[in-house]
Amino acid sequence: MAEPIIKMTGVSKWYGTFQALTDINFSVNQGDKIVVCGPSGSGKSTMIRTLNWLEAHQVGKIEVNGVELHAKMKNIDQVRMDVGMVFQHFNLFPHMTVLENLMAAPMWVRKVNRSDAEKTARTFLERVRIPEQADKYPGQLSGGQQQRVAIARSLCMNPKVMLFDEPTSALDPEMVSEVLETMIHLAREGMTMVCVTHEMGFAKAVADRVVFMDAGQIVEENDPHSFFDNPQHMRTQEFLSQILQH
Amino acid sequence: MLYADTVESETLVHKPSFVVGMLLIFTALFTLFDLTESLFGHLMRPVIGEPSEAGFLGSLSVGFLVGLLLTINVVAIGFVRFRIQVLIVWAELFILFMAFFYGFDLNFEFIRSKIWFMVSQGLVTTLYVSALSITLAAMVAIVGAVAKLSSNGFAYAIASFYTSFFRGLPLLMQVYLIYLGLPQLGYVIDAIPAGILALTLCYGAYMTEIFRAGIQSIPKGQWEASRSLGFGFGLTMKRIILPQAFPLIIPPTGNQFIAMLKDSSLVSIIGVWELMFLARTLGSKDYRHLEMLVTAALIYWAMSICLELIQSKIERHFRTKSH
Repeated sequence: MAEPIIKMTGVSKWYGTFQALTDINFSVNQGDKIVVCGPSGSGKSTMIRTLNWLEAHQVGKIEVNGVELHAKMKNIDQVRMDVGMVFQHFNLFPHMTVLENLMAAPMWVRKVNRSDAEKTARTFLERVRIPEQADKYPGQLSGGQQQRVAIARSLCMNPKVMLFDEPTSALDPEMVSEVLETMIHLAREGMTMVCVTHEMGFAKAVADRVVFMDAGQIVEENDPHSFFDNPQHMRTQEFLSQILQH
Repeated sequence: MLYADTVESETLVHKPSFVVGMLLIFTALFTLFDLTESLFGHLMRPVIGEPSEAGFLGSLSVGFLVGLLLTINVVAIGFVRFRIQVLIVWAELFILFMAFFYGFDLNFEFIRSKIWFMVSQGLVTTLYVSALSITLAAMVAIVGAVAKLSSNGFAYAIASFYTSFFRGLPLLMQVYLIYLGLPQLGYVIDAIPAGILALTLCYGAYMTEIFRAGIQSIPKGQWEASRSLGFGFGLTMKRIILPQAFPLIIPPTGNQFIAMLKDSSLVSIIGVWELMFLARTLGSKDYRHLEMLVTAALIYWAMSICLELIQSKIERHFRTKSH
């Protein structure tokens, strides 16, 4: 089997004296779709943010694309170029148009020329089905549209893996599905994805594996079928019974 | 604009109690000033008789007349639209102001003979000294702000020492220290470069704080999004953070520029031929101090107004751009 794209071995992280992650072992292979869930404060966002080192870990080893992430590394930008990230609050650049948001990183980081960058940007806007919004500013779009732009922005960098950090949590209910559809499309096209989300429907539809976290630890990791129908741990059962009640 | 409530309150200047109060206060005030000898006193001659012999009743009735006119004026302005109100009040205050200067008994022939030189030499020098200084100060400020936000102890220490020193000393003293101090170290410096250096360092220190606050006000998510796309620190700063910080930085920077325009008058003490210097020297030969000072004052004011207008244009540009 090929080397995994992401590999975490015995990773622990502290905020001061608070331990946010405890001995995380986790790997993602090419083409994997992984959903990470768990109660709030369980460390799932922290975990996904260590994968492109927006958060530093203190103990253990994280390898992305075969590069180990650590404080002395010189080429973190090189690693991040290949790891797309979508945030809960979109974090689009408000002073640029949608098109400029999409062209920025390819042009300035990958040094792609303007016309090629624009062509790629328009292709991906088409893919997330908002080509007509190209010249608007992010502030003029709905939450769902903004999040789709954010996804397209990451895709323009042609990443090897996409990280989603609660991409639908800040959206109005009627906009959740349009973003999930985009993500499902992406999954079907074979993108490697790690998604922190509470959308269990999404997990059932596309995930290869579901990871359940609690109190900074991975409690259970299984394929969605077993995970939902036959959860092994008490805490997983409690969590599932709570979110599936509605 | 402040937050505008949906409920309209009654116009203050139309409230009976306010109108009466205003009339009483104006009457009392103008009676106290005793305007019987003024133009109004002479106009009132049929009522009060010879102004110089009118006594208290005379000054009371003139005071009442002027107070009444003023009150009617205020009440009338209360009826028109906001923009018209602003225009009228500006015009009236301006006329009063001019009348005040006119009362100095100035020699306009003298002003006319000197004004061209004041503009071509003084105003131009003032403008280019200020413009150059503010540009340099902005550059100093960007570096200073980044240094003050950095986790590098040296950078932070140097930047905070710099802002502390140059914000802590009077600008006048900085001008002297640079102009008189540097030659002691063997660097003879001309008056204009010395002035520009002093203004740059002083305003750079203030603007460092403005830039720092502007940069800090950009949400952390912008950094994270940018860094996660592979932007390095410099690229993030240049392309993402500073462009967003500028709309926040521009109003206070405009303020600083207007302040600097006037503080540039301090470099007149080291003999730079700018407005203030000319205002003092041109007048002193003929004992026409006031003429030149008033002229310079009006030129400073006119320049500030122009800058305010430019500033509000720029602000509007940024507001429409980012919604």
